[in-house]
Amino acid sequence: MEAFTTHTGIGVPLRRSNVDTDQIIPAVYLKRVTKTGFDDGLFNAWRTNDPEFVLNQPAYAKGSVLVAGHDFGTGSSREHAVWALRDYGFKAVLSSRFAEIFRGNAGKQGLVAGILSQDDLEQLWKILEENPGTEVTVDLENRQAHAGDATFRFEVDDYTRWRLMEGLDDIGLTMRHEQAITDFEATRPSWMPKTLPARTADSL
Amino acid sequence: MAGTLAEKVWADHVVRRGENGEPDLLYIDLQLLHEVTSPQAFDGLRQEGRLPRRIDQTIATEDHNTPTIDIDKPIADITSRTQIDTLRRNAEEFGVRIHSLGDKDQGIVHVVGPQLGLTMPGITVVCGDSHTSTHGAFGALAFGIGTSEVEHVLATQTLPLTPFKTMAITVTGTLKPGVTAKDVILAVIAKIGTGGGAGFVLEYRGEAIRSLSMEGRMTICNMSIEAGARAGMIAPDETTFEYVKGRPHAPQGQDWEDAVEYWKTLRTDDDATFDSEVFIDADELEPFVTWGTNPGQGLPLSASVPAPEDFTDDSARNAAERALEYMDLVPGTPLKDIKVDTIFMGSCTNGRIEDLRAFASVLEGHTKHPDVRVLVVPGSARVRLQAEQEGLDSIFLGFGAEWRQAGCSMCLGMNPDQLAPGERAASTSNRNFEGRQGKGGRTHLVSPVVAAATAVRGTLSSPSDLQPVA
Ligand code: SF4
Repeated sequence: MEAFTTHTGIGVPLRRSNVDTDQIIPAVYLKRVTKTGFDDGLFNAWRTNDPEFVLNQPAYAKGSVLVAGHDFGTGSSREHAVWALRDYGFKAVLSSRFAEIFRGNAGKQGLVAGILSQDDLEQLWKILEENPGTEVTVDLENRQAHAGDATFRFEVDDYTRWRLMEGLDDIGLTMRHEQAITDFEATRPSWMPKTLPARTADSL
Repeated sequence: MAGTLAEKVWADHVVRRGENGEPDLLYIDLQLLHEVTSPQAFDGLRQEGRLPRRIDQTIATEDHNTPTIDIDKPIADITSRTQIDTLRRNAEEFGVRIHSLGDKDQGIVHVVGPQLGLTMPGITVVCGDSHTSTHGAFGALAFGIGTSEVEHVLATQTLPLTPFKTMAITVTGTLKPGVTAKDVILAVIAKIGTGGGAGFVLEYRGEAIRSLSMEGRMTICNMSIEAGARAGMIAPDETTFEYVKGRPHAPQGQDWEDAVEYWKTLRTDDDATFDSEVFIDADELEPFVTWGTNPGQGLPLSASVPAPEDFTDDSARNAAERALEYMDLVPGTPLKDIKVDTIFMGSCTNGRIEDLRAFASVLEGHTKHPDVRVLVVPGSARVRLQAEQEGLDSIFLGFGAEWRQAGCSMCLGMNPDQLAPGERAASTSNRNFEGRQGKGGRTHLVSPVVAAATAVRGTLSSPSDLQPVA
């Protein structure tokens, strides 16, 4: 994972609340077995059916900082939603609230998911809409977003911020505690579920 | 110290407490895999030269893409076939147990786990699928994860996690006849909103919950995610033990005694406190149906389509406006006047044997409305077998419904079972998002008995709208 400190890119105002992951990437794109190349699926229904959709407007098409409404990323756990945003070129998403699984997935893929207050969100939307193409600087170290003359504070929890800034791989981090896992396993009761050897109703 | 159910299960799985804002490292007892969210996780292992840590705590099945007809033929859709072949290859390479299409234990992951007796009280369960919350019905801490986390659990059998907050949802009183677990959860979501549970584990309590069967409890926990919650839980009791007992992987002999003794401790202490509390009166509930494009946009079936002006909050008003346009509904129309084209009976919310029985009991003696198509899709191959042993299949077929093979099917339309653009469905599944059941398709979420009554009348209906069978 690449380390993230700051990023500057065109801000994209997505004035919709409750954008679920089915809207971010429809299920048909989930049939792939690769981890990249999902950019064509991003917001596919809106990009194909709605000429006014924000990413269809040339000023925003090359955006890399998405500024989305309340409850972004709800619904299905599909990490493809994060891959699609990343593959399209987004480096950060700012919103007043994220669905938990989405936020977790974003953190794992190096996509910053920063939480703004609703008032700041409205202000940022205004700036981006009044001057399409305005760049937003996402400063993860100071948890600040700058657009025009304005500065907004966003929230990212300490741990995620540290990991993103260091570009650390989660599995590697966990494996530092392998002994603790082995010790824990030794204490598990024998009735805990085991999938092997396989049993079925027919084998009873 | 006094604790809630969720806190107790959490505490018993902490491998290592996080220090200085680090998350806890939580042990995972059971991981369920399916073809959609696992290929990239296996690939990750391969790239790093890692092996799964506990294949004996891992099980895979095929569900999201599988066809529900002609399952003995090769899967026509090439990308679906690739995904399923990839899962089979990965399972074989890494030694993971798999129940493939055609196997009696193939089916929707969340139906298969409980059916095999792998889902038990007090364990931690994960799956790369948000409806993993289903397993919380047993008093397990069960939640959906993303593909990177699937890989993480495969490699380490743990997850770094920050503790969730707890919310009690107490449902007092008694449900009226015709009002089901599905209506309870739709009412809960309408009340707290699709983000209302964010950050929380919901614990469902109260006599109305206690009196539900395991199937009903699973329906409720299943949809916790639609309220934004990470998980839903119900304390285990005799109903739970009875359900688990004797299943293929249930503990046996002394193990069973020890397990039950521990399971009985899994309840929220009387003096424990929740971070948030919600109360629902079961006596006041009616059959519920959604009119919009998120599961929180629901109303009692006797109500009418709302107008955007009914919502004071800006974002709710905008959302309602968009939803009504997408759903092609006119404010003020009685919900019961809405004509539907398709009935989908199935999914991990309502695809278990009891759901099929409830559906059949309402259909029996009636004939299908000529303008609707009815798709009955069992949650697993074993549910299908059991339904056939009970003769439910002849009720469905006699009624004019299609009796399909097991899988997710029209719940998300990754296989050929999809709504056509503009087509309207009454569906027992869990999501009414735009295009969820097919591009341009329109979904009303309902319970199995409402789905059945709707299949008879052709408009959204409750069983009490039907003429009694002579
Ligand atoms: S039935 Fe629907 S909700 Fe359940 S696992 Fe399958 S696709 Fe997901």
